[in-house]
Amino acid sequence: MSVNRDDGTPGFGVYVHWPFCAAKCPYCDFNSHVRHQPVDQPRFAAAFRRELETMHARTGPKEVTSIFMGGGTPSLMQPETVAAILDTVAELWTVPDGIEITMEANPQSADAGRFAGYRAAGVNRLSLGVQALNDADLKFLGRLHDAREALDAIELARGTFPRLSFDLIYARPGQTPEAWKTELEEAIAHAADHLSLYQLTIEEGTPFFALHAAGKIATPDADAGAALYELTQEITGRHGLPAYEISNHAMPGAESRHNLTYWRYGEYVGAGPGAHGRFVENGRRIVTMAERVPEAWLARVEDRGHGVADGEVLTRGQEADEMLLMGLRLREGLDLARYEETAGRPLLPERIAVLQDEGLVEPLGNSRLRVTPAGMIVLDAVVADLAR
Amino acid sequence: MTDTPRSHIRNFSIVAHIDHGKSTLADRLIQMTGSIEDREMKEQILDAMDIERERGITIKANTVRLEYDAKDGEHYVLNLIDTPGHVDFAYEVSRSLAACEGSLLVVDASQGVEAQTLANVYQALDNDHEIVTVLNKIDLPAAEPERIKAQIEDVIGLDASDACMISAKTGLGVDTVLEAIVTKLPPPKEGERDKPLKAMLVDSWYDSYLGVIVLVRIIDGVLKKGQTIRMMGTDARYPVERVGVMTPKMVMVDSLGPGEIGFITASIKEVADTRVGDTITEDKKPCAKPLPGFKPAQPVVFCGLFPVDAADFEDLRAAMGKLRLNDASFSFEMETSAALGFGFRCGFLGLLHLEIIQERLEREFNLDLIATAPSVVYHLNMTDGSVMELHNPADMPDTVKIGSVEEPWIRATILTPDDYLGSILKLCQERRGVQIDLNYVGKRAMVTYDLPLNEVVFDFYDRLKSISKGYASFDYQLKDYREGDLVKMSILVNDEPVDALSMLVHRSQADRRGRAMCEKLKELIPRHLFKIPVQAAIGGKVIARETISAMRKDVTAKCYGGDATRKRKLLEKQKEGKKKMRQFGRVEIPQEAFIQALKMGDN
Repeated sequence: MSVNRDDGTPGFGVYVHWPFCAAKCPYCDFNSHVRHQPVDQPRFAAAFRRELETMHARTGPKEVTSIFMGGGTPSLMQPETVAAILDTVAELWTVPDGIEITMEANPQSADAGRFAGYRAAGVNRLSLGVQALNDADLKFLGRLHDAREALDAIELARGTFPRLSFDLIYARPGQTPEAWKTELEEAIAHAADHLSLYQLTIEEGTPFFALHAAGKIATPDADAGAALYELTQEITGRHGLPAYEISNHAMPGAESRHNLTYWRYGEYVGAGPGAHGRFVENGRRIVTMAERVPEAWLARVEDRGHGVADGEVLTRGQEADEMLLMGLRLREGLDLARYEETAGRPLLPERIAVLQDEGLVEPLGNSRLRVTPAGMIVLDAVVADLAR
Repeated sequence: MTDTPRSHIRNFSIVAHIDHGKSTLADRLIQMTGSIEDREMKEQILDAMDIERERGITIKANTVRLEYDAKDGEHYVLNLIDTPGHVDFAYEVSRSLAACEGSLLVVDASQGVEAQTLANVYQALDNDHEIVTVLNKIDLPAAEPERIKAQIEDVIGLDASDACMISAKTGLGVDTVLEAIVTKLPPPKEGERDKPLKAMLVDSWYDSYLGVIVLVRIIDGVLKKGQTIRMMGTDARYPVERVGVMTPKMVMVDSLGPGEIGFITASIKEVADTRVGDTITEDKKPCAKPLPGFKPAQPVVFCGLFPVDAADFEDLRAAMGKLRLNDASFSFEMETSAALGFGFRCGFLGLLHLEIIQERLEREFNLDLIATAPSVVYHLNMTDGSVMELHNPADMPDTVKIGSVEEPWIRATILTPDDYLGSILKLCQERRGVQIDLNYVGKRAMVTYDLPLNEVVFDFYDRLKSISKGYASFDYQLKDYREGDLVKMSILVNDEPVDALSMLVHRSQADRRGRAMCEKLKELIPRHLFKIPVQAAIGGKVIARETISAMRKDVTAKCYGGDATRKRKLLEKQKEGKKKMRQFGRVEIPQEAFIQALKMGDN
C-alpha cells in the first residue's frame, strides 16, 4: 500500500504524544519522562481513547489527513497500544486509506524488534532518531544506541515501512565542515526519502544549558553555524533531498504531510501528556495544552475525559502571527491571500520591499511570499520585520 | 517674641565639603538649643527633600533660628542659613553668605580641605565674614587634627589654633561651637529700628499650603504683619499676611527687627515673581537706596529631556512646571527630535543640577526620561554682525553664516594627593586646559586650570574621580567666553543623520570623539538584516566610520505544532521591543542605545 500524496491543503492532523523515554538526552527539552516501573500501557491506551473521544466531540466529524505519534519515545509502546490508538482515531473521524501515519522510533535493537508490529498496526512512515553516525558524538548526545545499531535500524525500517525519515543533529561542539560533510553524505547514501537536519540548539532547562553557561560546551558561533547550514543546503540539494522547510529535507513528494499541516497552519488535535492542539471551534481558532506530567494527565483524563490543563482562544492578530511564523518556514512560502483574510489586513508592502531588496524574500506567483535560502538563516528576524 | 537687640543676634552659615558633616552639625545645634523636641528630630532635618537626605547634599538654602543661653548669662538668637555646598549652586551660596556676618568652616579631621571648601570659604571671606574653624569627626581613628590644622593655615591662611574640636555625630564639643558663635562672630554691623524698612530677599520657595514663602534678612526698620511692602526691583506691592521664623518649624511672630532673619507670606503667586537679592521696603515709607542685589543665575549647561514613552509628554511638561515653581534657575522650552520625539531643551546651573532635576522628575513624578548629551551655551558671531546664542547643536546654522564661535571657559581648582598629579595634568592638557597655577601643600597638590566647559561637561568629573581613585576634589567657576575652532560633528547611521547625537566639538578633539561615538554605536545598535555604516562627519567630510555587519544567523531549528505558542509569544515580545525603537530610514535604534551613547564619555 502506498502513502497518499500531499494535496496542498492545510489539512487536519491527529497528534498523539507518548511521554516516556528510556533515558533523558541532555539536549532535549521535549516533554519526556523516565520511569523505572513498567508503564501500564492498557490503561494509557484507554486514556488516549477517552481523550480522543472528547476531542472528537469538540471538532465534530472531519476527514483526517495524517496521524503522528511522537514523544518521548513512541517505540517504547507495545504494537497493541499503537494499534488501539490508531483504531480509535479511525473509529472517531474519517480516516481515508493510505493517509500518512508516522511514528517516531529510536534505533535500539529492542525497539527495532517491534517495527513489524507497528507496521501491522497501520504505521506507514517511521521517523528514526539517529542523531549522529559516529559513536563518540552519540555518546556526547546521551543516546543509548551506537552507529552500528543506527545503520541496522535504518536497514530494517527501510524494509518494513513504505516511507522512512531520520533525524541528525549537527553543529555539534568541535564539528568541522569536513566531518559534517562526510557524515551527511554517508547518511544520504542510506537512502531515506526524508531527512530532518537540526542544528544543535542549547535549550533552557536542559543539562546542556547549564554546561554551556559554564563554558563547558562551545557550540559554533553564528558565522560557523551559518556556514554549516549553507553547506547542508548545498549537499542535500545535490543529492536530491532539498529543504522544503528550515530543517527538513525530502525527495519531491516525500514531505511530511503531518508537519506540513503545522506549517501551513492547518488544524490538529493533540492527545497525550503535554500535547498541543489547534482547531476551529465555534468559528474561532482555539489552542489546547495538556497537562505535562504523565500520571497527572492520566488522572485528569480518567476524572474528566481530557487532560487539557490550559488553552486560549486566539485573536485574529495572534492567528495571523502564528500563520506567518509557521508559513514562512516553508519553501512553498506563505499564502498571502489566506494571511490577509485571517489578519484582516495585508503584510506591509514597504516592509516586503525592503526585505526583497536585501534578497531575503521573494514574491511567487499565485499570491505567495517565500523566504529565499539566504533569508531562511535569519528567518526569525525576517518574521519580526514582517509581523505588526 | 523677637525684636531681639542687634547685639544679641548672630547670623551665620556653614561652609563644608560634601560628607564633612555640615548637616549633622546643624542637626546637633538644633537639638542642643532645644529648637525642636527630640521626638521630632530626624536625621539632617534641614535637608527637606528626599534626594538631599539620600545624597547627603543640600540643594536649597534653608534657615533655622536657634535660641541660645550663653555662658555670659545672656540670651542670644542664632540664625543659621544652611547653604548648598556644590559649585552648581554657588549663587545660592553667595546670597546666603550675604545675609550673614560669619561662617563656620567645617573640615573633616581626617580628609582635610577640599576644593569645594576652598571656593566657598573664599566666598565667605569676600563677604567679610568672620570664620570659626571646626574640625569634625575627631573621634575617628583616622583623624589627624594637628595635620589638618596646619593644612588649613597653609592652604586657606586662617588661624586654626583655636579651632573647635568636635564630633557632630556624638555631640562631643558641639557646646564649644555654640560659644564660639557668640564670642567670635560679630553681631549684625548696622541697622536702625527707626529708619524706613530695608530688607533683603534671600530666597523664596513654594509651599502648597501657604503659597510663596519669602525668606528675608532685615537691614533697617521693622517688618510687620499688615504692612504693604514693595519689591524695589520689580516694583510690585503686596500686603504682608504672615511674619514668622523657622525653628525650623514655622512659628508666627508679630514683627522682625534689624539684623533678624525670618519669612513672610504675602499672596505672591509664583516664585518667579520674586527676585532673589531684591530689596523689600515699606510702600508708604520707602528707603532711599536699594541694596546692590545679585545677578540672576544663568543656566550654563543645556540638555534635551525626552519622555521614554511619548504618551508622557504632557505629564513631563506639568512636572517641569512644578519644579520650576521652586527653582527659577532651571529653564525649559519645547524641542522636537527625530530620534527622541517631543521633549524639552532644558537649562541648568551645572551638571549636578541637571542630574538632580532629572532624578527628581523621574522619582517624584514617576517619569522615564532620556537625556541628551549635555552641551554648553555657545556664542555665534554671525557674518552679518549679529550674535546668536546656541543652546542645541542641532540648531547650528549654516557654517557660511558664522564668523566665529565662542565657548565658555571655567577656572577650575583641583586638590589632589600628589601621586595622581601627573595623570590629572595629562587629563587637563587633553581637555585643552591652560595651567594657571600649581602649589604643593604637604603631600597635596593644588592645581588651577582654565578649561573649556565643553570639555568638562562631557565626563571630566568621572575621569578625574577614576584616575585619582576618588581622592581629587574639583571646583570651578565660569570665567569668560573665548573664541575656539569649534565644529559641528554629525553622526550618520546608514547615511541618515541622527540629530540627537550631533555635537559641537573642538576640531582637535573631533577625530577622537567621532571614533569613540562610532565604536560605541557599533556595540549598541543590534545587527540588522543588512549591514549598516555608522559615520561621524564634519560638514560633508567623514572623519570616522564603523560598520555593523549584517545579522548572520537567527533561526529556530525546530518548530512544530506545540512550538507555535512559544514562538508567537516571543514574536509579541519582539514587537513590544520594536515599539521602543526609533526608526532612522531603515535602521531601528533601540532607545537604550541612545541613552548609553549619550551617557558615554570619551572612552
